[in-house]
Amino acid sequence: MPLTKCETLAIRAEADVVLVRQAVRKLAIEQGFGLVEQTKIVTAASEIARNTLDYGGGGEAVLECHTDGIRKGLRLVFSDQGPGIKDIGQAMRDGFTTGGGLGHGLGGAKRLVEEFDIVSAPGSGTRVTLVRWK
Amino acid sequence: MSDTQLHDLISRHEVDLQAEWAKAITSAGSAREDLMKPEELRLQCSDLLRRLRQALKHGGTHDLTGPEWKEVREMLVGVSRTRASQGFTPSETANFVFSLKEPLFQRLRSELSAKPAQLAEETWSASTLIDKMGLLTMETFQQAREDVIRRQQEAMLELSTPVVKLWDGILALPLIGTLDSARTQVVMESLLQRVVAEGTVVVILDITGVPTVDTLVAQHLLKTVTAARLMGTDCIISGIRPQIAQTIVHLGVDLTSVITKASLADAFKIALARRNLMVVKRTAAVAAPVPAGV
Ligand SMILES: Nc1ncnc2c1ncn2[C@@H]1O[C@H](COP(=O)(O)OP(=O)(O)O)[C@@H](O)[C@H]1O
Ligand SMILES: [Mg+2]
Repeated sequence: MPLTKCETLAIRAEADVVLVRQAVRKLAIEQGFGLVEQTKIVTAASEIARNTLDYGGGGEAVLECHTDGIRKGLRLVFSDQGPGIKDIGQAMRDGFTTGGGLGHGLGGAKRLVEEFDIVSAPGSGTRVTLVRWK
Repeated sequence: MSDTQLHDLISRHEVDLQAEWAKAITSAGSAREDLMKPEELRLQCSDLLRRLRQALKHGGTHDLTGPEWKEVREMLVGVSRTRASQGFTPSETANFVFSLKEPLFQRLRSELSAKPAQLAEETWSASTLIDKMGLLTMETFQQAREDVIRRQQEAMLELSTPVVKLWDGILALPLIGTLDSARTQVVMESLLQRVVAEGTVVVILDITGVPTVDTLVAQHLLKTVTAARLMGTDCIISGIRPQIAQTIVHLGVDLTSVITKASLADAFKIALARRNLMVVKRTAAVAAPVPAGV
């Protein structure tokens, strides 16, 4: 899948989460996403960016535009060097939270995109990849 | 005694130096006449030159942190702060100070052409002094820019919540902005307190102006509704656009305990019903009553 555009944003403060959402919204519009598709990818990005900040202690988001034949898509990679997740299955479960949240962020984000990947281990940080096609 | 030399040179040529300096700034392309009037720039040049001359007169060293340099420091800090907020670039701001080198060195050259060793020494000394002034300017500029960015970021997290009275006992709170910040819950609860104190029976939280509803926003809303209920006020959430409704379903957030409506108008209808009120079309039979006693 050829990459047509790429930008990296730091996630260090609450305002950065807002900036990530704005940037994802802009790229989604550029890729021709409809209103519902835009809202889904922006909301998924918001969930994961928030986790990167709150649990990962900050990190970065790499936002990529891809074209695969006539298909256009967005691939978003969030990474941090935080404590990592011990039990990914448990973290993915709706309602599980260690931070007093609703515990629907990871599961919800997964349901809002077409491809979802999480790599995490205690001590080696967390990387979440979201892909959504138009 | 290089300070005396430089001081004397500036006093002898002060007016010319001012003009040459301002010209050097302009030819470096750093005058930005779109942002600052030429007179203002000339005034800044003459003011700084005067302060520099005074500092050189009183000061034995080029240590800019010393008390005799206070006036120069204050001027540089002021100049770079203003430029940062006016939209000058870092190099345009730095050039304001560095452009003084050219006319100053020229004067030194013509006065000391017969004494090359002294010329080299004086030039070096003047150069390091102006570098220090430039550095201070840049540090302040950077700091000021960071302040501007921080203010912008805070503004981005702002939540605007006008209180709109729709009817006796029915208030609407149009939420505009982001519901992300740690402060959100505090803002919402103090707002509710006010609303309840006013004897409100139904509050409509309208989220039409909230671009994204993720689980954190949903949690803030749920907490607010619960808090309102405990205070004896009903809450209705309006402005749930179709795309937001779909997204909430995928997030798996349960909003069934809350009354949600697509539009503020729909929410208002429910609120009226709660208060046992209704809106009826006026017909001839129910014409507006003639006010009694008029
Ligand atoms: N980047 C991360 N680093 C460490 N732990 C994480 C990270 N992201 C998520 N987690 C863990 O997974 C849990 C579930 O996350 P999520 O589904 O977003 O729910 P919530 O944010 O409401 O807790 C978190 O409470 C946290 O323990
Ligand atoms: Mg989360």
